[in-house]
Amino acid sequence: MIALFFRDLKLSIRAGGGAMIGVLFFMTVVAVIPFGVGPDLNLLARIGPAILWIGALLASLLGLDRLFQAEREDGSLDLMLMQETPLLVTVFVKCAAHWAATGLPLVIAAPLLGLFMNMDELAIGATMLTLLVGTPAITFIGAVGAAVAVSLPRGGLLVSILVLPLAIPVLIFGVSAVYAAIEDPAPFLPPLMILMAITLFFAVIGPVAAAAALRHASD
Amino acid sequence: MSENSLAIRKFSDLANPTRFLALADRVLPWFAALTALFFVVGLWLSFTTEGDYQQGETVRIMYVHVPAAWLSMMCYSVMALAALGTLVWRHPLADVSSRAAAPIGACFTFLALVTGSLWGKPMWGAWWVWDARLTSVFVLFLMYLGLMALNRAMDDPARSSRVSAVLVLVGFVNIPIIKFSVEWWNTLHQPASVLRLDGPTIDPEFLRPLVVMAIAFTLLFFTLHIAAMRNEIWRRRVTSLRRLAARSAGREA
Repeated sequence: MIALFFRDLKLSIRAGGGAMIGVLFFMTVVAVIPFGVGPDLNLLARIGPAILWIGALLASLLGLDRLFQAEREDGSLDLMLMQETPLLVTVFVKCAAHWAATGLPLVIAAPLLGLFMNMDELAIGATMLTLLVGTPAITFIGAVGAAVAVSLPRGGLLVSILVLPLAIPVLIFGVSAVYAAIEDPAPFLPPLMILMAITLFFAVIGPVAAAAALRHASD
Repeated sequence: MSENSLAIRKFSDLANPTRFLALADRVLPWFAALTALFFVVGLWLSFTTEGDYQQGETVRIMYVHVPAAWLSMMCYSVMALAALGTLVWRHPLADVSSRAAAPIGACFTFLALVTGSLWGKPMWGAWWVWDARLTSVFVLFLMYLGLMALNRAMDDPARSSRVSAVLVLVGFVNIPIIKFSVEWWNTLHQPASVLRLDGPTIDPEFLRPLVVMAIAFTLLFFTLHIAAMRNEIWRRRVTSLRRLAARSAGREA
């Protein structure tokens, strides 16, 4: 399983893996926003956390369709279905590797983009923390969509459409936790706790559903 | 096939599509007639009862809005049950049922959203508010559309059925969120006033037409659902007959 983790990680980091493209997309989306709303620094500081969250959500959706598709193309998915360790664990490890390759760079890139958005240190720290806690949930939800659409020839867009509605609670609580950290009266911990609960919940539901879908999609 | 073999004694007997079609043919006219009857009574009641002293005539929107919203959730629950039937019992009709229910559910959700926004404009002063109940129902609408897109993307029903069943079950987490969104968050949308533990808080003047309309909408759903399931079975038969014809045509040539 550890070998699988590092194999996936290497595959996605090296050329053609697409992990860095996600970060690049994240940066581009965030950089486009000031052109749309104008370079008003106060406004940017106020909507900055929300923009970072939306950018991270879109960027992590971008690479999801490749989660199982490359394995299906070269046939290693069948080997994973046949091996003795439960498929559940395999899917979980693949999700973890995918998150480490695409989700973690987004978290690391977030402070830099936060500076572009004129956010203060507290807001940047809160955004980083919530992204760190929240992005695994997006990956786990996305694994279900990726497994469902694995046999489709052009499933990338469909994955985003299927996954986005389910990922809305993550976005809501992620952004509300950041705003709770910045604005004084609202408590920071409850939304963060709920965000963690969502992540843990989908860490259970996601691999179970994705494994079931993968079993039925293979024939 | 003799008439006797079409008799349905157990639920699993329905697994035979021919038996289901026979049952549907017998049941559908009754359902349609009952639906029409309830709609006539419900509409008559809803246009003859008094308007609210604050909301005036706009309260009548409720008689369409509430049943449609309630059905949008029930339709998804029916789909989730059917998905369970597909995955657990491999019931062949469960897949047909869940596939046929998705467009109907999308229509009811759309109806609920449109009537809600028509009602919201005079009452709240806005067509749309990003309130927890409204947002979660909108998410439900998007999920219906996504499921329909998924069902269309795969041409082989045998394979798409289990895959979309998994997705239906995962999406079911949204239903309790919709139901309790008015209690968990302070929303502009009012909390539940009909199905409550301490009895309905709504005046009987409004409750009577509302209940009749809810029954009428539920019957409408079942009528449409059975008809759509019948159509889906026929569509699959036509597809397989076409494939057979194409194959035999290829062999002759």
